[in-house]
Amino acid sequence: MSGTGACALVVLRCHGLASLQDGGRRGYQRYGLSPSGAMDPLAMAMANTLVGNKADETVIEFGLGGGEFRVEDGDVRLAVAGAMGMVACDGSPVIGARSFVLAKGRCLTIAPPHRGVFGYLAVAGGIGGASVLGSRALHLRAGIGGIDGRPLRPGDRLDVPADPGGIDRAMPARPHDGHRAIRIMLGPQDDHVSPEGWAVFLGEGLTVSHQADRMGYRLDGPPIAHGGKGYNIVSDGTVAGSIQLPGNGHPIVLMADRQTTGGYPKIATVVSADLRRLAQRRPGDAVRFAIVDLAQATAAARARSREIAALPGSLRDVAVAEAECLGAANLAGDAVDALASTP
Amino acid sequence: MEGPDARLLWCGDTAFTITFGDSIDDALTSRVLALDGLLKEVALPGLVEVVPTYRSLTVHLDPIAVDPARLAADVLALAGWCTTASRPTRIWRIPVVYGGAFGVDLDAVAQRHGLTPEAVIACHASGDYRVAMLGFLPGYAYLSGLDPRLALPRRENPRSATPAGTISIGGAQALVASIAAPSGWHLLGRTPVRTFRPEGDPIFLFEPGDRVRFVPIDPDRWDDLDRAEEAGDCVAESISA
Repeated sequence: MSGTGACALVVLRCHGLASLQDGGRRGYQRYGLSPSGAMDPLAMAMANTLVGNKADETVIEFGLGGGEFRVEDGDVRLAVAGAMGMVACDGSPVIGARSFVLAKGRCLTIAPPHRGVFGYLAVAGGIGGASVLGSRALHLRAGIGGIDGRPLRPGDRLDVPADPGGIDRAMPARPHDGHRAIRIMLGPQDDHVSPEGWAVFLGEGLTVSHQADRMGYRLDGPPIAHGGKGYNIVSDGTVAGSIQLPGNGHPIVLMADRQTTGGYPKIATVVSADLRRLAQRRPGDAVRFAIVDLAQATAAARARSREIAALPGSLRDVAVAEAECLGAANLAGDAVDALASTP
Repeated sequence: MEGPDARLLWCGDTAFTITFGDSIDDALTSRVLALDGLLKEVALPGLVEVVPTYRSLTVHLDPIAVDPARLAADVLALAGWCTTASRPTRIWRIPVVYGGAFGVDLDAVAQRHGLTPEAVIACHASGDYRVAMLGFLPGYAYLSGLDPRLALPRRENPRSATPAGTISIGGAQALVASIAAPSGWHLLGRTPVRTFRPEGDPIFLFEPGDRVRFVPIDPDRWDDLDRAEEAGDCVAESISA
């Protein structure tokens, strides 16, 4: 499950929110503790698969950030995926979603992404440390998981195993999804919105605001009019993807570190397969919603699950992959950004 | 979908909520807790976890492992069965230092109700409360059973920080705060009891459905009790109901 601690990954610098994440912790929502976990589970699964880990092994998640790391006491196998800017090993660029060996004493630098939000760094064999309530994921508000309940900071030394061997692997870049609509299901309190409100909500005018973090994404745009039922309900359960409509008419989509219950009407819910696509939209990016039904949402969830299960089969020898994509490669490091979004 | 006075509301493809009504009502909470207990016993496949609240219960599910519509139909059928909670409950006696720096809103609350601070303390501490919901933040215990004479709308200007252990009231509800957080509620006092210990056993002191009584204590006992809690002891007493 986690590293044997033969080597150390030392944090020299980091910016944005850099935290340990995994598949999150389940079973504690009845006590008010939301699951946390990677904001883009598919990108996490890609990074982990590239180094031979299980899909939800502990990774470092970067939220609009990056950092500089040095390996000590041995060579370590790493992989990156998701939204990242320039990634470089001692100055030479790492292009695309791939694994590579960072030799003892060498430095890895990761620049903030130009597109998308969340990027992932996986270590072959995982990152050593103790789980809290069954997970390593940082829950910032609760002060648990991560490194002693906090994000990464310079000076941290992560226990990681030495390179288990093998060859560098790559994964094909994914097609960018442009601005395809984010699929939602209506409810649970869709009767709290007026017809005019729905027209605004389903229109073209919404963008991600600057109040967007692991707890929730507030959306900017024209206020969405409540129906006659007002904007207070007796608090009930929320899910990742719940779209709350507070009194000011500006919706908030609840994310991984959300509150487990809430007293604003939840007018719709982002389907589970598309939540990561919303997570990768940054402040100012447009958001458009499209309504689907339960059968369509379930089919999308199952397709996503099959996609993650098929990731090991998509691994390729990195030399072959590089030859194929050399022409298209973006040396500025944006190639990885294509992963930020998928159909 | 409708059951016998229980309604099913979808929350995307990974959850649904069974709601028994739209108000804070002890009878509704009892039905919620009864269904919660029943779901624990039957352990339906594909059910990930259950979140009981005042008047509804949210079921989180794995849409890969189960057909969500099928699971929902099963839970709705069970909801029609349960009327009252039959499981045993505990009564917690929670020590509280009221007023002063521990409860900065006590005097203002007393003034708004035309009561003395002592009368507010007596009223709050004589209540028989039930943990209707643990939610919002880890271990935050929302209680039903507040004397209606103490009900008060939330503050217009929420405080940006209140300490762990804060005992407060808002609307018709009473709250035991487990961790430091912003709050728009009225702060009556503070308990040294840690209701959320990530490394403890139990991790969360309260279960939904537990009964709670508040026991006023002198400010000069705070340091001793707080130290005991810090050392890992639990200074709250529990009795089986």
